[in-house]
Amino acid sequence: MSGGGTASPRHVITGIGAVAPTGLTCADYWSAVLRGESGIRTLTRFDPSGYSATVAGEIPEYTASRYVPGRLLPQTDRMTRLALIAAEEALADAGADPSAMPPFACGAVTAASAGGFEFGQKELEALWSKGGKYVSAYQSFAWFYPVNTGQISIRHGLRGPGAAVVAEQAGGLDAIAKARRHIRSGTPLMVTGGVDGSLSPWSWLCLIRSGRMSASPDPEAAFLPFDRRAQGAVVGEGGALLVMEDAERARERGASHRYGEVAGYAATFDPRPGSGRPPGLRRAITMALADAGMAPADVDVVFADAYGVPALDAAEAEALAGVFGPRGVPVTAPKTMTGRLLAGSAPLDVATALLSIRDGVLPPTVHVASPAHEHLLDLVRDAPREQRVSSALVVSRGQGGFNSALVVRAAA
Amino acid sequence: MAPFPTFTTKQLVDLLRECAGEDEAVDLDGDILDLAFTDLGYDSLALFNTVSRIERDYAVELPEDVVGEAGTPRQLLDLVNAGIAERV
Repeated sequence: MSGGGTASPRHVITGIGAVAPTGLTCADYWSAVLRGESGIRTLTRFDPSGYSATVAGEIPEYTASRYVPGRLLPQTDRMTRLALIAAEEALADAGADPSAMPPFACGAVTAASAGGFEFGQKELEALWSKGGKYVSAYQSFAWFYPVNTGQISIRHGLRGPGAAVVAEQAGGLDAIAKARRHIRSGTPLMVTGGVDGSLSPWSWLCLIRSGRMSASPDPEAAFLPFDRRAQGAVVGEGGALLVMEDAERARERGASHRYGEVAGYAATFDPRPGSGRPPGLRRAITMALADAGMAPADVDVVFADAYGVPALDAAEAEALAGVFGPRGVPVTAPKTMTGRLLAGSAPLDVATALLSIRDGVLPPTVHVASPAHEHLLDLVRDAPREQRVSSALVVSRGQGGFNSALVVRAAA
Repeated sequence: MAPFPTFTTKQLVDLLRECAGEDEAVDLDGDILDLAFTDLGYDSLALFNTVSRIERDYAVELPEDVVGEAGTPRQLLDLVNAGIAERV
């Protein structure tokens, strides 16, 4: 993949839509981040007693019909409705109207980790308890990985490139990078990122079986990445969708926001367990920097993957210190306020990084009181840190060996 | 003996709302009997979902191609009521 200095069209991010346990709009989410407010709480969606994990970044109940067209309510999983909310916000923020653009000018690439599990569980329950006649026809697609791309594309008339990227939790960065490739190949506008979530007993069981979930019932102590007390991850629901445009066309139509650009990206895959070779995370970071044509010293902040599993935290701390030098760059994990949003976390981190660039502030990592890697990491803890930000690295890992790294930079 | 149950417009509208949702631009409480389902915002999957619910709730078997055959609410009501009459 080539870097920024080629003749291919440049792009700019012109719109952001965010949904998180702490807010259903980008503005609400961002102000909660700057207040250090956490949305991690005891699950209410279903009774979690009897499961080892009982807390999550659950989005509070809201009136979906106020946000999502009535025709779409019977055919959408909860996470798809959230994706539709974020897509609408992103396009409105960009001031872009795909219906007024040429037929194939706009596309969508989103990331998914599991599809609409909650919808699927409801229909499987109907199938096994009552019979096939009780299963919704919409099960045919409501559970499916690309369903968010499909529903967003249909609603907004995005008839250009459409795809879903599945790389467990790392796919959100891969999706954004794929959107960049579509812009470079001539598509004027892409909606990209990921909104994900899967808080149903079926998915809960699968997540717990991953062996990486925190068993702490205390919302303030369950998810403590880079803390000596870390004991696993907390998951949540939400994510972000971005509007990415060809920079020249965005300028022509007078786009009001220019949040920044994707300066570099790379993805690697871990070697086979037991091979003795190092994990691929550090290589993903160095390749993303190379793609951006940037040196480590050019990066102002790192949004860490911050898994919350001690061995994974140690590996990430070592990879970051290896690239940037010990305490060589501020590192933060605002996902300590939302939990890991499956494929939605990294896109939300990208959105958060772009807001950091806009406002000149590093968002905090919360609840970490006993840092485990202080000699390696300069962790932005508890309170935001005001400083000029012109670039950020976002790191994301997915179970099974996925590593992705993406650099955003203020628009040129 | 109670009269045969008849499938009414209101019952159809209730099930459409529940099984397929409602387009904000359409007034389902208005005079819809002879409007095309497509003009009411319903595609074939929406009808398929609604028809299978009707079959379940009213214990009727509708023709295999009912979704293609019934282009309007009135046509669907007629098919369902014919099915109910046949059942008894």
